[in-house]
Amino acid sequence: MQALKEIHSSFVPLPAENVDTDQIIPARFLKATTRDGFGKNLFRDWRYENDDETRPKADFVLNQLQFSGTILVAGKNFGCGSSREHAAWALLDYGFKAVVSSFFADIFKNNALNNGVLPVIVSESFLQKIFSLSPADALQIDVAAQTITIEKTGEQESFELNPYKKTCLLNGYDDIDFLISRKSAIEQFESAKA
Amino acid sequence: MGKTLFDKIWDAHVVEKIEDGPSVLYIDRHFIHEVTSPQAFKGIEKRGLSLFRPKQTIATADHNVPTLNQHLPIKDQLSKMQVDQLIENCEKHGVELYGLGHPYQGIVHVIGPELGITQPGMTIVCGDSHTSTHGAFGTIAFGIGTSEVEMVFASQCVLQTKPKTMRINIEGALQPGVVSKDIILYIIAKISASGATGYFVEYAGSTIRGLSMEARMTICNMSIEMGARGGMIAPDQVTFDYLKGRVYAPKGNAWEQKMAEWKDLYSDADAVFDTELHIDASEIEPMITYGTNPGLGIPVQAHIPLLESIANEGERKNMEQALRYMDLQSGASLLGMPVQHVFIGSCTNSRIEDLRLVANLVKGRKKHDSVKVMIVPGSQQVAKQVHAEGLDKIFTEAGFQIRQAGCSACLGMNEDKVPAGEYCISTSNRNFEGRQGAGARTLLASPLTAAAAAITGVVTDVRELIK
Repeated sequence: MQALKEIHSSFVPLPAENVDTDQIIPARFLKATTRDGFGKNLFRDWRYENDDETRPKADFVLNQLQFSGTILVAGKNFGCGSSREHAAWALLDYGFKAVVSSFFADIFKNNALNNGVLPVIVSESFLQKIFSLSPADALQIDVAAQTITIEKTGEQESFELNPYKKTCLLNGYDDIDFLISRKSAIEQFESAKA
Repeated sequence: MGKTLFDKIWDAHVVEKIEDGPSVLYIDRHFIHEVTSPQAFKGIEKRGLSLFRPKQTIATADHNVPTLNQHLPIKDQLSKMQVDQLIENCEKHGVELYGLGHPYQGIVHVIGPELGITQPGMTIVCGDSHTSTHGAFGTIAFGIGTSEVEMVFASQCVLQTKPKTMRINIEGALQPGVVSKDIILYIIAKISASGATGYFVEYAGSTIRGLSMEARMTICNMSIEMGARGGMIAPDQVTFDYLKGRVYAPKGNAWEQKMAEWKDLYSDADAVFDTELHIDASEIEPMITYGTNPGLGIPVQAHIPLLESIANEGERKNMEQALRYMDLQSGASLLGMPVQHVFIGSCTNSRIEDLRLVANLVKGRKKHDSVKVMIVPGSQQVAKQVHAEGLDKIFTEAGFQIRQAGCSACLGMNEDKVPAGEYCISTSNRNFEGRQGAGARTLLASPLTAAAAAITGVVTDVRELIK
């Protein structure tokens, strides 16, 4: 996993609520056996007419040139539904490093963190403020300080991040390395249980 | 202070708690399938590891498998590759696989319980959000991502932050024509698709106690559709009777020993939940969804809410988009609306009891000419039972097509898809845009309501047919 310390970028606004992982990456693209290449199918059915890459839907934000950046800003309950980690892989592969929303589904939140994609939980009012910014405005996310700032106005909110997960993100550590290091404790637990 | 059922099982499985962090939670049983496991196998191989406890992982092929001619090679090359990869990975790493052609093959959340692998007091995970199904046996069961599948492969543990607890108490008798699917659709409509996010839910009360294991599984299955980490029901005599004698259930003295442990699996009278809800079962009517998340549901007799009645702007826009996708009108009634497809299957409603309910209703009746009806048993064992009880004759005479076991049109990863723009009454769990095929329009309902629509060709209040 890549370490993630701060992000300074313009953002892509997707004000829809309850964006489920079937929209982020439709089931028909889950037939791969590697983690790569999901970005081109990110939001596939919202992005293209009739599954045709030569016919981008003009009203979908990923097809609007004025919006770009490594931060996706979405309506509440982002990532609900299926546990497919392919959703986090697709966002990462497309180039997103963080998703900002007022509310995330639990499994998506874990999957994102396990791939170094930062879920940033902000208040509903802060979220609406971001949606009202112009496309060129940038956001600054500081992982160590746990803050998100609207660069133009200096308005800032702090966000929650589990201290353990924060250490992982800042250093690029993953949970598997940690769990393997705890093997003797796990074996002891097993013998005590038996 | 007493402990909740959740706390009892959680505490018994915490290897250690990381300071200011999650807990290392020991996993008793790990189910895997072909879609969310290949990258995890690759991951441990890349690290030069073998599976830490391969005997605690059980595999099946369900998401991608065809439901016709399963004895022939899979036509879709990508699906075939994924299923073949599962076979190869299981052989290489010593994992028991109930793959295509095996008499135990089926939807992962159907076979675990029917084989007696799922037992009270366990922690169970699977790279699949409907793992919550197994909570019906008084387990902590939840869906995980592929990185977490890899964690279980490597250490038989996952890192989890303890969720809050919610108890939903349902009391009283159900109306005729109302079944467990209606209970859970009612709850989700009431508290929304995100109403239980951050919580682990225990379902309790006299209504729940009165349900069969199959019906309890349907409820726990859809816990994730209101955002819950999982759902659970305290085990009781119904649970023990279901389990006894199943392939992997303990036998003889081991059974007696386990029974003694299982009898302590309940929330203490003075246990405190972070949230409690109370529901009067008699208020629940046959339910149906009209939107593109499972929270957008109404009693089948009711009208779609008026857009202008929704105060919150975000919610209103969400519903506007849903109605546009579904081509439905705010304020309209669904009753009498033609449907082109009926899908009876999925990990929510493909067990023998579901199919008996359907058979009872359709016996001596025929499906409407304008509807295609597909019945997909949840497992080979369910299919065998359908045959043994002669239900297949009833279905065939009614004009229903009976398929072979798999996830099928619940998510359309195989050929079983609903064409764009057409409506399908489905006993599955998700009505998301494109879930049953690009452009497909899904109305979630109970097996009874689905069967009623199969007969009439339109959205129907099943109570009209059972008068």
